[in-house]
Amino acid sequence: MTVHTLSVLVENRPGVLARIAGLFSRRGFNIDSLAVGPTEDSSVSRMTIVVNVEETPLEQVTKQLNKLVEVIKIVELDDRDSIEKELMMVKVKADVNNRGQVVDAIALFRGKVVDVAPDTITVQLTGNADKLRDFVAVMEPFGIRELVQSGMVAIGRGSRSITERAKPLAVPVEQPA
Amino acid sequence: MTEQSASDSSTGESVTGAQSLIKSLEHAGVKDIFGIPGGAILPAYDPLYDSKIRHILVRHEQGAGHAAQGYAVATGGVGVCMATSGPGATNLVTPLADAHMDSVPMVAVTGQVGAASIGTDAFQEADIRGITMPITKHNFLVTNPADIPRVVAEAFYLARSGRPGPVLVDVAKSALQAQTSFEWPTEISLSGYRPVTRPHSKQIREATRLILESRRPVLYVGGGTIRSRAHKELRQLAELTGIPVVTTLMARGAFPDSHPQHLGMPGMHGTVAAVAGLQKSDLIISLGARFDDRVTGALDSFAPGAKVIHADIDPAEIGKNRAVDVPIVGDCREVIADLVAALTAEQEQGNTGDYEGWVKFVAGVKMRYPLGYDTPPDGTLAPQYVLERLSHISGPESIYVAGVGQHQMWATHFIQYENPNTWINSGGLGTMGFAVPAAMGAKVGRPEATVWAVDGDGCFQMTNQELATCTIEGIPIKVAVINNESLGMVRQWQTLFYEGRYSNTDLQSKRIPDFVKLADAYGAVGLSCESPADVDETIKKAMEVDDVPVVVDFRVHRDAMVWPMVPAGTSNDDINYARGLAPEFEEDDL
Repeated sequence: MTVHTLSVLVENRPGVLARIAGLFSRRGFNIDSLAVGPTEDSSVSRMTIVVNVEETPLEQVTKQLNKLVEVIKIVELDDRDSIEKELMMVKVKADVNNRGQVVDAIALFRGKVVDVAPDTITVQLTGNADKLRDFVAVMEPFGIRELVQSGMVAIGRGSRSITERAKPLAVPVEQPA
Repeated sequence: MTEQSASDSSTGESVTGAQSLIKSLEHAGVKDIFGIPGGAILPAYDPLYDSKIRHILVRHEQGAGHAAQGYAVATGGVGVCMATSGPGATNLVTPLADAHMDSVPMVAVTGQVGAASIGTDAFQEADIRGITMPITKHNFLVTNPADIPRVVAEAFYLARSGRPGPVLVDVAKSALQAQTSFEWPTEISLSGYRPVTRPHSKQIREATRLILESRRPVLYVGGGTIRSRAHKELRQLAELTGIPVVTTLMARGAFPDSHPQHLGMPGMHGTVAAVAGLQKSDLIISLGARFDDRVTGALDSFAPGAKVIHADIDPAEIGKNRAVDVPIVGDCREVIADLVAALTAEQEQGNTGDYEGWVKFVAGVKMRYPLGYDTPPDGTLAPQYVLERLSHISGPESIYVAGVGQHQMWATHFIQYENPNTWINSGGLGTMGFAVPAAMGAKVGRPEATVWAVDGDGCFQMTNQELATCTIEGIPIKVAVINNESLGMVRQWQTLFYEGRYSNTDLQSKRIPDFVKLADAYGAVGLSCESPADVDETIKKAMEVDDVPVVVDFRVHRDAMVWPMVPAGTSNDDINYARGLAPEFEEDDL
């Protein structure tokens, strides 16, 4: 099994997420992470789906996804040729005695303190999965009160864009005789 | 109204959403709808009352759905059914799933509760769009009445183009009641939907090369050839090359049963020749088929020596179950026509395949292991005999519609099919109760044809309420109930695999109900037959009735079994042509 990152352009309509999630579950594929959001075109949303599957089932799931009428395009992003980021926010125990230590550790990871309370610090951190995992390991001794993480978003390197596409094909509708 | 609706298509005339829906259906070319009204869809039934569209009031929404399927297959067009929200819509779930499995073009229109009530667990509310997502090609929920014409146009386009399938249009009652303007679109654009129908010429060249190189090729013909109306091209390809042909359960009629190159149906209950034809081939040319488990048996031992050319309009079918050497995405008719052209050109250069030994081998298997059955020693009626005689008397121009089970297998084997769209059944989903409503739909679509529902006594009791519809609406179908007073296919498995422990398969339907009286109660003609000597006369009597439905209770021997058989999950090499009898192949011929 290997990890694959799929960028899926879909029409921005209600129910599309349900169709995609449903397709993965009924065809027996587990989604590692899924992130969905708007694109430069307000009628199109982009999903970044991370799956852990073999090559042959991946081809099958891609083909099945392509059959969904609201799926416009699917591109598999190669991790060597793309930038992949996740966002994490962690609420760490930190009081007057060890706050300095915590802040130092955060700085090592280029994290950003977004909230401070008398006994906690909330940190925002972006990066790939490895970096976030390492950061959590460093924070754990201080005591993690709460952790939230986004799915991965990814974009290809270089000037090429996957959203450049041909104009939608217009199909003439039969008119009554 | 009909004259107007054509002329005002561009005026954007002010109408209700309900009027817009009916006008849209008229513009989409709908002639017949099967359905039942109810609260949420009620506004649509008012303009429907004045429409040129014929609405056939069925007795159960499942009947409406299967009728739309039968109509679609018999006519080659799109079948339409209509139901209200909640239970009306959920009763369409089985036909939609059935149509999805068998690629039947169909549009289902359902009413939904008012937009403001959606999500509140309102009376008769069910999320039918959510429920049917996995069993439709696509579905829509319409809450804005202005969207109705576009959605209807898209629904029909999606249902019939590419790989055909069912599309559901769920319309909120508030959208039906609101004022809107009607304008039939001149074009639609679905950016994520571009079915490929033209095959790639490189793939055609590659396929041609493999076909000429092979020594033991077979044309594995699936339902896609029927949906793409490729029967003429298929016959050209077969006769041009001399390659043997097998037709799957979904493709019966795509190639004439009387043709000497035809080996019959492959699969779990396939003929020995068709199973051996695939199993021992060195090249499978798959045309609109999908390597279903009922055809392949255990996949790892299916046709182990064969390369595969797989042509299908749905790229997701290619390589799904069986690895492929030459994938061809395209409409079957265009693929076959291109293959014919390429192979003809090769022939003119003197390049032809050498299949002589192979053709001799399969012809020998076909001759040595024909379809057969035992005549019951006690003089009772063999079900296979009934179907043989039905085929002989009613002929290959009739349409035969089956339920699911033993009678379906006997009907596919012992009726001779010569024409496409004359065999209608539930292949993928295996829906018991399919026959009567689907036959009703077929008869509405093809009123001039004789339509026989071949049903089992179990199946018949699931949907026979539509006989009331048939009598009242003047749809004179004929029903041959193959009554073995049991859930016969399950009983056969109990005989073979459960030591004859017949747990819950005895329906006692030679006693209850009385099918002749039941037919009579529905205003149909009821006939009964239990002796081989009476079969011909009974069928002829049924053929003479042309104003009301006929039900014939063929009371057959209950222990008759379907042969040949490959037990589920085993290799096709383990086929038996009768209980405990395996064929022997003279493979020296190969």
